[in-house]
Amino acid sequence: MPTWSTVRDDFPALHQQVNGRPLVYLDNAATTQRPRAVIDALSRFYERDNANVHRGLHALSMRATDAFEGARARVAKFVNAAAPEEIIFTRGTTESINLVAASWGGVNLKAGDVILLTEMEHHSNLVPWQLIAKRTGAKLRYLPVTGDEGLLDLAQLDRVLTPEVKVFAFTHLSNTLGTINPAAELCARARKLGAVSVVDGAQSIGHLPVDVQALGCDFYAFSGHKMGAATGIGALYGRRALLDAMPPYQGGGGMISNVDFYESRWKPSPERFEAGTPNFADAVTLGVACDYLDALGRDTIARHDADLGRLAYEKLSVLPGIRLLGPKAGDRGGLVSFAFKDVHAHDIVTFADEDGIALRGGHHCNQPLMKKLGLTGTTRASFYVYNTPEEIDVLVASLRRILKFFSGA
Amino acid sequence: MSDLSDLYQQVILDHNRRPRNRGKLPSANRVAHGDNPTCGDQCDVYLRVDGDRIAEISFDGSGCAISQASASLMTTQLKGKTAAEAEKLYGQFHDIVTTGKEPEEISDVGAFAGVHAFPARIKCATLGWHAALNALKGDPVPATTESHTD
Repeated sequence: MPTWSTVRDDFPALHQQVNGRPLVYLDNAATTQRPRAVIDALSRFYERDNANVHRGLHALSMRATDAFEGARARVAKFVNAAAPEEIIFTRGTTESINLVAASWGGVNLKAGDVILLTEMEHHSNLVPWQLIAKRTGAKLRYLPVTGDEGLLDLAQLDRVLTPEVKVFAFTHLSNTLGTINPAAELCARARKLGAVSVVDGAQSIGHLPVDVQALGCDFYAFSGHKMGAATGIGALYGRRALLDAMPPYQGGGGMISNVDFYESRWKPSPERFEAGTPNFADAVTLGVACDYLDALGRDTIARHDADLGRLAYEKLSVLPGIRLLGPKAGDRGGLVSFAFKDVHAHDIVTFADEDGIALRGGHHCNQPLMKKLGLTGTTRASFYVYNTPEEIDVLVASLRRILKFFSGA
Repeated sequence: MSDLSDLYQQVILDHNRRPRNRGKLPSANRVAHGDNPTCGDQCDVYLRVDGDRIAEISFDGSGCAISQASASLMTTQLKGKTAAEAEKLYGQFHDIVTTGKEPEEISDVGAFAGVHAFPARIKCATLGWHAALNALKGDPVPATTESHTD
């Protein structure tokens, strides 16, 4: 059972040196490290229970199917879905959103309809909507961001939420700004209008308690590798009534109930949306990751992240010439983006790597947001359960050295 | 920071802080754009070509210290050169950043030898040069060096 005092011991990858210094891993928004429990579960599955799922009739297949469907049920509980059938396994957030855009969007959007997004969306909650808009003739519209503070301009909500809006897709937690959006309120506004809500949960799923009933969302998309599970697995939560009315996304084995030469009949959800052999082994790790995070307590994780995010913001704010993004107070998750006028993000990240610190620099798949803020990129530090206040001090010391070097002092 | 000190030598920091030949060139008759979308480095190169020679050259852009310093240095190296000489100089620069071998003649270009130890940054160093060569050829397609790893 994990405990907060021993949490760092659970993550093998943390215990290494980089360039002769202890690794300080601050790139969790890109991907999280994996706990031993997840690594072991994957190995054990391949060592003992490995067989194809789809309810085969031999012992290993039955064990594999139980493990796979058990993971689905566990994930359903993790987000408080009404039933396991409302959890579709995908490759991750991007595929989940593409599924909704193509399948739900394909039959429900037409010329004259509006897809409402926000200016802080990651490309994965933007490009799929651009693609379906081109196909259907629907138009994109954006709820603005207030500026460096990185809040959604909710005063504009009445103006942008017109009857033409058929879908409102937004992020729960911004991967660049750290802003936690009032998701329940936004979903309620969409519902009042009769629009469908699609929430990008990539950054929130491993960091905040997520209850799709309380949020009142129609779809919630997330990735396993950002919550301590394996890569290549994620899920889409969808409201049953909506899923039942959606056509398949991909066709193939496993999603049909009957195949003839020229026509086939589809299974219901979730199988309808899981064509081909599923990523069953990695799906098992998703269930294990849910157990690990719940053992730590997701409210505690959220508080831990918020504390580190706030501490980092405060400690970074004293650095000369720093431009900090995202909320100063209030709803901020455990990540901070910043920029300096005379030192480029890539130079910062390269120098920080010399000190053993893993940061990320660039546009973070938020090119429209960068354009709006007049930036080409930022440096981002993002925290998780195993990061500590001391690591923030290491980061600040490194940045001081970097600034000194580039100022020629 | 010794490896990085090799990479970010004074020459590079100097060119980054005080870029040479920076700005648009109103008399330009060849222009090319260079762009590495994944990292965000950008570089516009302006040439006034007179006969076979680069009579005037300037650059404008934004990006990391390596890319901006390299573009600045490139303008000082290519001014007054013929197209053939420019191609040869690029070839030499490419060798320096990919092998780390410093040139026989002492020149500021040798400062970029340290790039070879940081393969992810080679594309930063070569972007401006690539844009310049595209400008010479009159190639309308924006240059990108994202595939430059060796």
